[in-house]
Amino acid sequence: MSLTVDENKALIEEVLKAYPEKTAKKRAKHLGTFEEGKPDCGVKSNIKSLPGVMTIRGCAYAGSKGVVWGPIKDMIHISHGPVGCGQYSWASRRNYYIGETGIDTFGTMQFTSDFQEKDIVFGGDKKLEKIIDEIEVLFPLNKGITIQSECPIGLIGDDIEAVSKKKAKEYVGKTIVPVRCEGFRGVSQSLGHHIANDAVRDWIFDKVDPNKNTFEATPYDVAIIGDYNIGGDAWSSRILLEEMGLRVIAQWSGDGTIAELENTPKAKLNVLHCYRSMNYISRHMEEKYGIPWVEYNFFGPSMIEKSLREIASHFDDTIKANTEVVIAKYRAMVDEVIAKYKPRLEGKKVMLFVGGLRPRHVIGAYEDLGMEVVGTGYEFGHGDDYQRTTHYVKDGTLIYDDVTGYEFEKFVEKVQPDLVGSGIKEKYIFQKMGVPFRQMHSWDYSGPYHGYDGFAIFARDMDMAINSPVWGLTKAPWKKAA
Amino acid sequence: MPQNVEKVLDHETLFREPEYKAMFENKRTNFEFRVPAEDLANQIAYTKSWEYREKNFAREALTVNPAKACQPLGAVFAAVGFEKTLPFVHGSQGCVAYYRSHFSRHFKEPTSCVSSSMTEDAAVFGGLNNMIDGLANTYNLYKPEMIAVSTTCMAEVIGDDLDAFIKTSKQKGSIPAEFDVPFAHTPAFVGSHITGYDNALQGIIKYFWDGKAGQGTALTRVPNESINFIGGFDGFVCGNLPEIRRMLGLMGVDHTVLCDPSDVWNTPTDGEFRMFDGGTSKAQVEAAINAKATISFQGYSTEKTMKLIKEHGHETVSFNHPMGVTGTDAFLMKVSEITGKPIPPELERERGRLVDAIADSQAHLHGKRFALYGDPDLMLGMTAFLLELGAEPVHVLSTNGDAEWGRKVQALLDASPFGKNCKAYPKADLWHMRSLLFTEKVDFLIGNTYGKYLERDCGTPLIRLGFPIFDRHHHHRFPIWGYQGGLRVLTMLLDEYFEALDANTMGIGTTDYSYDIIR
Repeated sequence: MSLTVDENKALIEEVLKAYPEKTAKKRAKHLGTFEEGKPDCGVKSNIKSLPGVMTIRGCAYAGSKGVVWGPIKDMIHISHGPVGCGQYSWASRRNYYIGETGIDTFGTMQFTSDFQEKDIVFGGDKKLEKIIDEIEVLFPLNKGITIQSECPIGLIGDDIEAVSKKKAKEYVGKTIVPVRCEGFRGVSQSLGHHIANDAVRDWIFDKVDPNKNTFEATPYDVAIIGDYNIGGDAWSSRILLEEMGLRVIAQWSGDGTIAELENTPKAKLNVLHCYRSMNYISRHMEEKYGIPWVEYNFFGPSMIEKSLREIASHFDDTIKANTEVVIAKYRAMVDEVIAKYKPRLEGKKVMLFVGGLRPRHVIGAYEDLGMEVVGTGYEFGHGDDYQRTTHYVKDGTLIYDDVTGYEFEKFVEKVQPDLVGSGIKEKYIFQKMGVPFRQMHSWDYSGPYHGYDGFAIFARDMDMAINSPVWGLTKAPWKKAA
Repeated sequence: MPQNVEKVLDHETLFREPEYKAMFENKRTNFEFRVPAEDLANQIAYTKSWEYREKNFAREALTVNPAKACQPLGAVFAAVGFEKTLPFVHGSQGCVAYYRSHFSRHFKEPTSCVSSSMTEDAAVFGGLNNMIDGLANTYNLYKPEMIAVSTTCMAEVIGDDLDAFIKTSKQKGSIPAEFDVPFAHTPAFVGSHITGYDNALQGIIKYFWDGKAGQGTALTRVPNESINFIGGFDGFVCGNLPEIRRMLGLMGVDHTVLCDPSDVWNTPTDGEFRMFDGGTSKAQVEAAINAKATISFQGYSTEKTMKLIKEHGHETVSFNHPMGVTGTDAFLMKVSEITGKPIPPELERERGRLVDAIADSQAHLHGKRFALYGDPDLMLGMTAFLLELGAEPVHVLSTNGDAEWGRKVQALLDASPFGKNCKAYPKADLWHMRSLLFTEKVDFLIGNTYGKYLERDCGTPLIRLGFPIFDRHHHHRFPIWGYQGGLRVLTMLLDEYFEALDANTMGIGTTDYSYDIIR
């Protein structure tokens, strides 16, 4: 059931009672209800998580290595520090790519400096130099190296910038990017995205040789920004842009290469999917190279159509005409998907809690299937994300920013949605409670969910989650009868 | 148009459709500026060579694809094994998100754990306030009966003092003075996840036995006839510990499992989320001091813990993940020796059945060459089991096994005719293993999920034993310990052997003369 504004308020008040007073006061600012006509969702965001509450958030390293840089497939990303960070983020984000892993691509590998006590005491710069030397011997076809700082690096005063410069000079023309994404920086993954964006600006854009890897520009050159190709998302998006007659010259950063990053300033338009993680570099390219950028949403046919037309509006009539052809081409398939799944999903209520984009972006796809999102929140969204969310949510939607384990469990218990979409840490909690669940970071090892091809998979997956026979088995029959 | 509503194409088939293939080709040719095909082919061949292997083994600084994680992961494992205990990791919050995800991906279960969420200001001023607020929030919100604190590398680098911080927190009224908060410093830059398990478990036992960090009185040991059992860090814990309890039950041995997460990582789906379930109770930990002896199933995972226990007058015995017939024999005989209880006929029958199974099937494994990697104890146990089957453990590798471990494995290999030309590789990683598999080929690889990349590159079939296993479901629910566990591991080895044999003899009209119906 969806609750009314007043019911939401009562629910929030009740949940806050469990906290110590000081904490309750702070958490109260992150919980609210969207009211029609308001310019935002009425919650504070991008603020430090409180200790001990079981936040779902990660860290800056996760935002840089795990999200932005990790998918650049022909570079080697060193997890610089102790072994764990690299281990836990090893290949777990499903950034699909094509290449010979270990030879010319390195996406699903874990390169670590595996810091020992002596590295903490004496510093790790010498070790880092040696690591770069060893990489050049064993992986000579790499196109560049990034140094993804873990917590100790910034605390022990290592100078990874100096090492990077020295080694870049030694291996003439080598791109070596130091990234200051220590996990204690900022309040979530979000600062890691920003730091990673800035590192692209400072260590790729500002150092690129303009004569390297050139190609002839066309008026239709665009770059996909902020698509990490999870389960192939960027591919099922790219295919639509190409069918419109556009030429995709770069993917940031799913299945991306350093050459694509370097050539992006030649684009005529940057199309931005994950605003949260890559608005920074998009703004920079607008300011420095005059490239406009446009946000788009490839979840579900309604948003896809709108986005395709919006993108086309930046180009000539040929592209605009092509776009209508593309929309028409997929219409039949999409109608079939909706005809098949809508009757099975109509009226189902969904609660979401995802990262920085999907808490709003996927709402349209659910609505295309007749479903209703009754609660949503961001792990690491900012104020501008909550503003953008107002275009997607309905009056009375429960909003929870940086939700804690306790709050999320209580909210779901009370609201009783038909589906929860969140992450791996949440999945089994709600399934134990008998609530159908889909992971909305990794697509639960399915996907792609972007584009028309992805929508069919999305619809099928939501149906199989909600309408699985297993949910009828959670109560023992002798208990049911009692 | 590739997608089909009647039979929705998933990623593994969708992207093989011609539209996508053409798109990939266009992307690669026009925008990726990849290395020339010739260079690529040369490098592929080169990485398979002995010359590359030598360069690979000459590495001194770089680690590629290690088979180990960091200390606090093990500390969380240890804490989860106690009744109504919430693990609290002091330091950056991202670490806790990683541990929770890592365990949930393996066990397909929730893992509850909190962080003190230290950020830049805590890096400068220390994390005391994070501890004070964090303990209060955890205590009020989740109502645990115990909070077990460990540390991330951030807290260790800045030198936060857990003992002092927890005491101060209590003084400030964050949690009641009598509330139990055992703790352990678990720096990620020392040892591995098994070290963290060891430190955290030692911390908990020490806390209860030695006077609650100065806030209680040390317990006096009054020896009784019971024994304590410690399993060590173990990805199969949900199957293994119940199996150990069953065997000890059959022997009539009064026992306490110290650290038992086998319930909380194996809760039912019945409409209720149990944040806490089962686990060793505080009363059991306290009573455990009176045990006659403590047995550790994994010595490398419990070095400090066993030292502490020994100092309290227990007889202590540490095994190295005993498996199969002789491994289980040794364990049961030791239990029998300590307790004076005979090994019952039921267990003897189980033993006989395992021997029966080995006799039925040994011909298929005899002389087969295996490569294996993983935690040091598991490697010792599995090596011994392979030797027992007449198989050859050609490459035995561990990232968190040291030189002493290497010598121990080598001694085991050298003592068996089946260990001839077999070698231990301490402190090595999976990129080393790749060179080994290319230069000295084996029939099968044993390891965790990450071994699938080696299976792909080297064509060596992977048998999944170890932690983590993300890409196969429910293995952890069944034991690999005891005679029953031995039967299961034997079956896994045989299944993979038969699968590989069938796959290799399926050529219609070419190789299928050997595609036998009876094997």
